[in-house]
This record gives sequence, structure tokens and C-alpha cells, in this order.
Amino acid sequence: MKQMLQQCKRILLIALALTLAVGAVPALAKSRTINGAGATFPFPVYSQWAYQYYRVAKVRLNYQSIGSGGGIRQIKAKTVDFGASDAPLKPADLEAAGLLQFPMIMGGVVPVVNVPGISAGQLKLSGQLLADIFQGKISKWNDARIRADNQGLALPDQAITVVHRSDGSGTTWIFTNYLTKVSSSWAKEIGNNKAVNWPVGVGGKGNEGVASYVQRVKGSIGYVEYAYALQNKMNHVLLKNSDGNYVAPTSETFQAAAAGADWANAKGYYMVLTNQPGENSWPITGASFILMYKNQVKPETARAVLSFFDWCYKNGGEIANNLDYVPMPAKVVDMVEATWRQEIKASGKPVWK
Amino acid sequence: MQTHRRFDWDPVFHVLTLGGGLVLMLVVGAIFWELWQGSQLSLEKFGWSFLVTETWDPVSETFGAASTIYGTLVSTLIAMLIAVPLSLAIALFLVELAPPRVSALVGGGIELLAAIPSIIYGMWGLFVFAPFMSETVQPLLAHIPGPFFTGTPMGIGMLSAGFILALMILPFITAVTRDIFRMVPAVVKESAYGMGSTTWEVTRKVTIPYGIQGIIGACFLGLGRAIGETMAVTFVIGNRHEISASLFAAGNSIASTLANEFTEASEDLYLSSLVELGLVLFGLTLLLQILAQWWLKRTRRKMGGGL
Repeated sequence: MKQMLQQCKRILLIALALTLAVGAVPALAKSRTINGAGATFPFPVYSQWAYQYYRVAKVRLNYQSIGSGGGIRQIKAKTVDFGASDAPLKPADLEAAGLLQFPMIMGGVVPVVNVPGISAGQLKLSGQLLADIFQGKISKWNDARIRADNQGLALPDQAITVVHRSDGSGTTWIFTNYLTKVSSSWAKEIGNNKAVNWPVGVGGKGNEGVASYVQRVKGSIGYVEYAYALQNKMNHVLLKNSDGNYVAPTSETFQAAAAGADWANAKGYYMVLTNQPGENSWPITGASFILMYKNQVKPETARAVLSFFDWCYKNGGEIANNLDYVPMPAKVVDMVEATWRQEIKASGKPVWK
Repeated sequence: MQTHRRFDWDPVFHVLTLGGGLVLMLVVGAIFWELWQGSQLSLEKFGWSFLVTETWDPVSETFGAASTIYGTLVSTLIAMLIAVPLSLAIALFLVELAPPRVSALVGGGIELLAAIPSIIYGMWGLFVFAPFMSETVQPLLAHIPGPFFTGTPMGIGMLSAGFILALMILPFITAVTRDIFRMVPAVVKESAYGMGSTTWEVTRKVTIPYGIQGIIGACFLGLGRAIGETMAVTFVIGNRHEISASLFAAGNSIASTLANEFTEASEDLYLSSLVELGLVLFGLTLLLQILAQWWLKRTRRKMGGGL
């Protein structure tokens, strides 16, 4: 019995030593790291920015692209320094949680089709028509209403297969936000969220899932982020914007949509860039947002986070453009930084100067 | 006395194994408790109707599990219908008929199949198998009358998911049944041969009855894997919250719904409903386990069997 006790003691000692050794490792690695979590849509550009920023400032960004929902939960649980969300939080929700929200990067959502005989930029659709297709009200490509807007296009007698996202996503949020704005029947029956009750069609996981389904199924229509449409050389459609012009998805038309937006009067930067006025505005444009606490406990960390975002706003434009994202206009950046000065505080003192 | 000084490991071993068993029970209990707690909101709101409601609408926050339960069961059923006879045939071939060298080679290949991660099956299913289905298999099946093979042959849907699942569980069932067939004592088989039985008769009347309990166990191992399979199914099932008689149509399973929607579910009720889906899957698996135990007992009474 005595021997057994001794043996147990020895095992315990070894276990204790191991625990201490493991515990010591993170303490050593703890140089300067800022933590964020959230939206997947801007992840490629955030990670590029983080890579470049580490080279100039020696500050590491640990960004987990776990989805906007997860990002919001993590910032509320205070396990990260900032959260990221594709859909803006309502001003009332921000107020209740004591959070500040600002836009970081923009992108566009592009309807893509796979219809035999139709190449990129040939098919013209109005918002109403797009909504009716996604609602299953128009089920054939040679429907009279599609033909009316596309004189001279040889539209086949083929069933339309709608392809949507199966996972909850900011892309779906932006897309359904647009459909809600342009179609009253969509607004009434389906609505706007990161996942909705799709009346027809099949769901692909992620942009790559939708892209591959659309490429697979003849007669299909789906929606993907601009970058995916470009990289997969998919056939985009022309959309009728709120000024009545048919526009193609390009950086210029996304920027036109952002330029026309009235950020100054958007409380809590709650701004959705869909269906914006302007003759060149792409109607399905959206921004991705950052969430931070107004009241910071650790001012150094908060300053490090804001310095990173400041660097991204000022030096990250080219990286964003290369990845087919749209940087925020300088005017909006100035407004955002003014907000930082006023709102983000640590023990009553502003963190950002 | 030499034996007097030797350390007695038995109590240590006893405590260790007992601890292992208790931890297992504790983990199962904790999982159930967490799922139960997490789904309170949804349980209160929807009650039992959650199980029979087909609607899954995150906008109006109306949730029901019917379509996902249906999808889980149907895709698993298709997988079992294909995989079980095929695995039995392969295992019998490997043990009874194949020359040793072929048996070793094929056996190795099957074990390799079991080691492939499920995401690879998913990718392969989406990029290779789905086009094959839509261009070759589905147009052929469409000739069969009835409601099961109608609609656009997209190559994605319940049937494809069932096929992929069958492929995934095949190696498990085959490997276990092969080992079971090997354990049938040669004496028993040889006596049957000695009485003039053919290979087919020995297989049917000696080998299979002898190992029947193990075979059922192997099938339930495969079933358990199929019912909870996530990524591979998500890629090919089409992810649609709707019950459709056609196997060409897109469907949904509990596991793939969780994989799809968990990350972006920020509303409390939405999240709670997803957790309740997990609870339903937990219950479903438990139910199947009980069923398996009952069935095993029954076959033991009816057929005897040595394993």
C-alpha cells in the first residue's frame, strides 16, 4: 500500500511538471498579437493586410473567419479584440451591447447564369425579374417577361434551376436585402436574412459550392461574390439599377454605389449599399463591418487594433483591388476615424488621437 | 518469498478501467444535458410540433425538423441498401473464394478506402461523381416509372448522397464482416463440406448463421457512421428544406444543416433550434442503438450463432 502511494505521488509530480511546462509556452509566445473573429467574406483581404502589416509594424493579427454570427457572439463574450460582420447591426442592438460599428471593405454580389447560347453580359434582368425567378414565379428561360427585356437573344425552352447558398452567409444577406427592396412579394413572403426559406432551387455550400452547381446544371442561375464570378469566368448578367440603366459588375460600378451612399446620416454606420442611386451604381453592393467596444479596458490593445485598421484604410487599397474587393472612399475613412476619436474610450479618455 | 514483494497492479487496473467507463457515461450524460439546455428556447416555442413541421424559415423564425429527419433517414437507408449486400459479397469473396494474394491486395485497398477523410469523398462526389450521375446514371434511371426518379437530373440530391454514403461505409462493414467470416472455425466448415455441401450452401447455412450477430453489429457500425456523416453529404445532397418523393430532388440531413447554418446563426431562437436538431440526432442514434440491441437478442434466440 505504501509503495502504491509512492507510485501515485511520482505520477502526480510528473503530471504537475508537464502542466507547468505546457502552461509556460503561450506566455513566451505572447508578443504583440491582436485577435479578431467573424465574417468569412472579407477574410482573404484581411489576411493579406495582416501579412503586409506584420512586415511593417511587427504586429500579428489572429483572425478566425468563423462567420459573422460567431464573430458577434465572440465579441459579446469579449474573447476577441474586434468582431467582424457582413450584415450591419441595428443601431439599437449596438447601443444595448455598447459596441461601435464601422465599415471596413466593400464588395459586390453577382448573379451568374448557365444558359446554353448565352455568354457573359448578354442577359439583362431587372430586380423584379430576378426576384420572380428566385421565387419560382418564372420557371422557363424563354418566359415572355424575360424575352421582353432581351430582344434578339435566343433564349432556350429550358427549365430554370435556382442555386442559392446552403450555409448562412453575408452574401445571402446582401442578395436577399436587394430582392426585398425591389420586390414587394419577396419582401412579404420571404424577406431578408443570412439564410432564408428559399421557395425553389438547390443549395451549394459556400461561394465555391454555388459556383460549381451553376457550372454543372444547365439552365441554372445563382449568385456569388464578384471575385468568384471573375476567377471562375462565370457568365454574369446585366442588372437594371435604380436609375434604370443596365450595368455590368465591375470595380467602378461598385464604387459608384458606395460613392452615392449617404454615410454621414447613417446612424451607427447602419448602411446597406443595395439599390443605391447613381447612373453607374451596381445594385447589389455591400460593405463588411468591424465591431469594437466603445469602452476599452486595455487601451494599448485597442490602439494597436485601430492602428492596424488605420494602416489598412490608408495603405490597403491596392491589395483590396487586386483581390477584387473595393476599398472604402477617403471621405468615409475620415468620418470613421473621427468617430473613433469621439467614441472609443478607456477610463473616459479617448484611445485614438 | 518473492511474490510478497511484487507490486499488486490489480487495484490500479481496476480503478483505471472503472474510471474510463465512468468518464464515458459522464461525457454522454453531459452531451445530452448541454443539448437539452441549449434547446430549451426552441422546445418551449415549438414543442412536439418541431418534429413534424417541414418549414425552416430563419426570417420568420419558424423552425421544424421534419425535412431534415426525413433526409437523414432516407439517405442512410439508400446507403445501407447498397452497402450491406455489397460488403457481404466482398467479404465472402475475400474469405471463401479469392486466392490469398488477391485477398490481401483487395483487403488492403478496402482498408485504404476507410482511411480517406470524408471531405475528400465530398469533393470527389461534387466534382467527379455528380457529373457522372447527371449524365449517365440519372437519365437511365429516369426510364423507371413512378415518383422516385423524376425531375431534373442535376447529379446532386438524395440519391447521390446515398451513393456517396454507401461508398463511405462499405469499407467499415466489409472489414468487420471479413474478420468475422475468418473466425468461423475451419472444423465446422470442413464438416459441412465433408457432408457434401457446396460452397454456396456452406456460406448460407454455416458461415452466415455463425457470424450473424457480428454481421448485424458491423451493419450498425456503418449505420452509425452514415447517419451522422456531415461534410460529404453537405456537398452532394443539395441542401433543401423540403420533403420530396423524387430521389433526384435535393434534400437535407440533420448533420449537414448543422454544418451549413451554425456559423451564421446569430438569433437565439435560430441557434436553439439548431441545437435541438442535434438533440433529435442524439435521440435518433439512441433509438437505433436500442433497436440494434433488441434485434441482436432476437437473432441470438432464433439462430444461435457462435460469436
